[in-house]
Amino acid sequence: MTNAQTAPRSFQEIILRLQNYWAAQGCAILQPYDMEVGAGTFHPGTTLRSLGSRPWAAAYVQPSRRPTDGRYGENPNRLQHYYQYQVLIKPSPPQLQALYLGSLDAIGIDTGLHDIRFVEDDWESPTLGAWGLGWEVWCDGMEVSQFTYFQQVGGHDCKPVSGELTYGLERLAMYVLGVDHVMDMPFNDPDAPIPLSYGDVFRQTEQEYSRWNFDQADTEMLLSHFKDAEAECERILAAPQPDKAGRTIVMAHPAYDQAIKASHLFNLLDARGVISVTERQAYIGRVRALAKKCADAFVTTEAGGGGTAA
Amino acid sequence: MPDLLIELFSEEIPARMQAKAREDLKRVVTDGLVEAGLNYASAGAFSTPRRLTLTVEGLTAESRPVREERKGPNTSAPPAAIEGFLRSTGLALEQLERRADKKGEVFFAVIEKPGRRAQAIVAEVLEAAIRDFPWPKSMRWGSGSLRWVRPLHSILCQMTTEAGAEVVPMSVDGIEAGNTTEGHRFMGAGRFAVHSFDDYRAKLLRAKVMLDSAEREAHILADAQNAAFAAGLELVEDKGLLTEVAGLVEWPVVLMGRIPDAFLDLPPEVLQTSMKEHQKFFSLKNPATGRIEGFVTVANRETPDDGATILKGNLKVLSARLSDAKFFWENDIRTVDSDSLGAMTAMLAFVTYQNSLGSIWDRIPRLSSLSEQIVSDLGGERKDAKEACYIMKSDLRTQTVREFPELQGVIGRYLALHEGHSAHIADICVSHYAPLGPSDAVPNEVTAIAVSLAEKLDTLTGFWVLNEKPTGSKDPYALRRSAIGAIRIIVANQVRLSLIQYIRQGLMMNESARQRWALDANPNRSETFPEPEAKDLLAFFHDRLKVHLRDEGIRHDVIDACLAMPGNDDLTLLVKRAEALAAFLKTEDGENLIQGFKRANNILSQAEAKDGVEYSFGADVKFAETDEERALFAALDAAEARITPAMASEDFGQAMAAMASLRAPIDAFFEAVQINTDNAIVRRNRLNLLSRIRQICLSVADLTRLDG
Repeated sequence: MTNAQTAPRSFQEIILRLQNYWAAQGCAILQPYDMEVGAGTFHPGTTLRSLGSRPWAAAYVQPSRRPTDGRYGENPNRLQHYYQYQVLIKPSPPQLQALYLGSLDAIGIDTGLHDIRFVEDDWESPTLGAWGLGWEVWCDGMEVSQFTYFQQVGGHDCKPVSGELTYGLERLAMYVLGVDHVMDMPFNDPDAPIPLSYGDVFRQTEQEYSRWNFDQADTEMLLSHFKDAEAECERILAAPQPDKAGRTIVMAHPAYDQAIKASHLFNLLDARGVISVTERQAYIGRVRALAKKCADAFVTTEAGGGGTAA
Repeated sequence: MPDLLIELFSEEIPARMQAKAREDLKRVVTDGLVEAGLNYASAGAFSTPRRLTLTVEGLTAESRPVREERKGPNTSAPPAAIEGFLRSTGLALEQLERRADKKGEVFFAVIEKPGRRAQAIVAEVLEAAIRDFPWPKSMRWGSGSLRWVRPLHSILCQMTTEAGAEVVPMSVDGIEAGNTTEGHRFMGAGRFAVHSFDDYRAKLLRAKVMLDSAEREAHILADAQNAAFAAGLELVEDKGLLTEVAGLVEWPVVLMGRIPDAFLDLPPEVLQTSMKEHQKFFSLKNPATGRIEGFVTVANRETPDDGATILKGNLKVLSARLSDAKFFWENDIRTVDSDSLGAMTAMLAFVTYQNSLGSIWDRIPRLSSLSEQIVSDLGGERKDAKEACYIMKSDLRTQTVREFPELQGVIGRYLALHEGHSAHIADICVSHYAPLGPSDAVPNEVTAIAVSLAEKLDTLTGFWVLNEKPTGSKDPYALRRSAIGAIRIIVANQVRLSLIQYIRQGLMMNESARQRWALDANPNRSETFPEPEAKDLLAFFHDRLKVHLRDEGIRHDVIDACLAMPGNDDLTLLVKRAEALAAFLKTEDGENLIQGFKRANNILSQAEAKDGVEYSFGADVKFAETDEERALFAALDAAEARITPAMASEDFGQAMAAMASLRAPIDAFFEAVQINTDNAIVRRNRLNLLSRIRQICLSVADLTRLDG
């Protein structure tokens, strides 16, 4: 890591370099999950695949939505929609820290000039019934990634343990590119015939979604969608179907989609301010119950290492 | 004698766990070695973010051989007993010795354990230490089942004698012990072998690792002070932060920067808190202005540009953080200007205090009512207490406190001054939470005392109404701390008030709040609260007070003797009495008087039980037969004449001194006089005389409750 790469010039170049780097480390480069999620961890490529005994190595960009973080496109650092870069390797390789540092080098952070630190940070996701130990990684005092060894997901002990890396792409890129306001960040090559900034791509959506998230979303409808997702999740799990060979196919993934949906609907309701402090815990508990049931189902499947379930 | 060197090399160990971990490593390993029969001269433990290190010097090379003899059953004992003995000793029948004994022939087991080489013992002890290490939180990694605080990468375990160094053969979950380690993650140059602790330490230093956290702390402190001094600033020392930062670096490099001008007008507490909590920066103060104007950050490496890039990055993060803080602070000031602190307090209606008791706003009238009565009891101004109560929690609505919850109160104080409240009212924003811990100061200004007491009383009575009392080790709402805080405020300021009256009032107000929130369907329900609950809370205060006084060396029976007196909800009076009694009991007169009192009381109680009457009145000197009797009459008259006014003015010292003067006459009386004479009149007179002793003594404290 002594030969730092040339500096990247745009947001997308940083993403492409991460893709290439982790592909070169043998990860399957997955595509974003096609649903609204709060973080890259919700992608089934992390949540479900961190369960069971089968080895796994994947990396992907995941668009993430956190309605309460919306600032109408005006805050230099906050967005209701942003990108995470996510790496999950199971079992966690012994040289994972070194691999991670290699990825910083790949995006132009010269570890010979910067101060990289692993600062204690225990990770917990009450909605996924998951926790792990690890660090937030600091570069010159700024948090650039989360580094976690999963211990439990969906109430199941992780055996083997997965190593998870999460990069907050906008923040990391702003730092690497030396940009102070996210909307000013070059999205594509600044010398391209049509140079586009992050603002060109996302200012409009931030303005629109902030209004919808905070002021306009129909809470009655969201509430009934939440209940629908909850009911559908449970119904699917209770109706496994046999295949031609007579094996039972549990529909863990479709059920998990409903759990993801419920989680995002909860986030929207939260942004609308209609969930009281006490109710909050109850809603989180309901989503966790769904996530746990999906995890229970997944570990009985072939992909989940459970072989052919009876 | 060999030396032992152990290093457990892992991924980054949380800073807050390192101090305990190195002590645990030392304790667990040395205890294990000693238990297995080894001795050692000295041991030292060290930690960096990536390693725990133990050095043991002067270890014995072999454990002592142990010969153990155990007596078994008689040779004619039933087979089951003999089998049991064989099982417990692990020997076969033919290995047992038969020896003659008083009761016949008895089996003896002679177990000889030869000395073992230290290497074998070290290997066992270290493996057990690693497997059972008391981390507060530990984890698994990869496919293994071993638990450590973060993945464990290598074990160095080596014994060194004059003949050379030798690796102790051992392995834990596939990690083989060796004689190598590595230096700094970025500045070191790969793994290297070591042959002794001194060699290890020196080579680490060359590989840019300062092994000893105390040395790292000293280095950081000295460099930070120097950097500050050179810039005309002074370091705001923070021991906790220093220890934490020293646990985050193996090669500390101090870098100093200045806070951009735009942020210098923020309250110093905001700057300090933001820099410390978010970035682990030390604050630098300008001694001339008292403002925080600079910072020190500690990097973990040297760089070719002498830290310029690192400092620039840190400054950028700092500016982003402080921009947020400034934005919040300026918004808060604008809100105060447009809405007033009173209006912000009313907005606390939207902040839940406790589910069953409503919002924080709901507390304000309760706090004001209690504060106003207390302050008027104490001779202060009702309107001051009310003014304070209606602004002191307003900062809970500010963005600054939402961002920095630890600044609640401090922010309120600034805003109150901004709105034009006087300093003593503004100070209450901070002091009504006090004392926050055993070393925190208690308020000493009359309004502040009243409001702070009201805060604790409302908290306690509220949770008593909800029946959420502390049990055993469970005290989630820190109610014990509230009670101790109230006690400290009362005692330190010699506050005189009837606690039970405020407890009753607090219970009543909180019960009414509870009913309102429960939308109690039963309109007939009384808003008064059962007296036993009030007594129960008072008893809770008394229990805390006992602990408080016991820490000051006052015996529990002394406290009980004082608790039994009327007015025991006046804690200042109670403490005064207990202190006087404790001091009295330490004198010779005091101790003897108690004996005399107990004797009088015993005789009297027996006579009363036997006669079925109470002797309480009518002792008359004219029936006295002896000089000692007459002398006691005189002494009691004299003592009473002193005790009554002393008690009236609560001068317990005087009262007890007067009581002490009774010691000689009482002793002389018992020496000379037989109480139970045949003459019924004289006997009754003497019993009534004893009753005067009891009555006078009991007016000071319930001496019957004293031990011994």
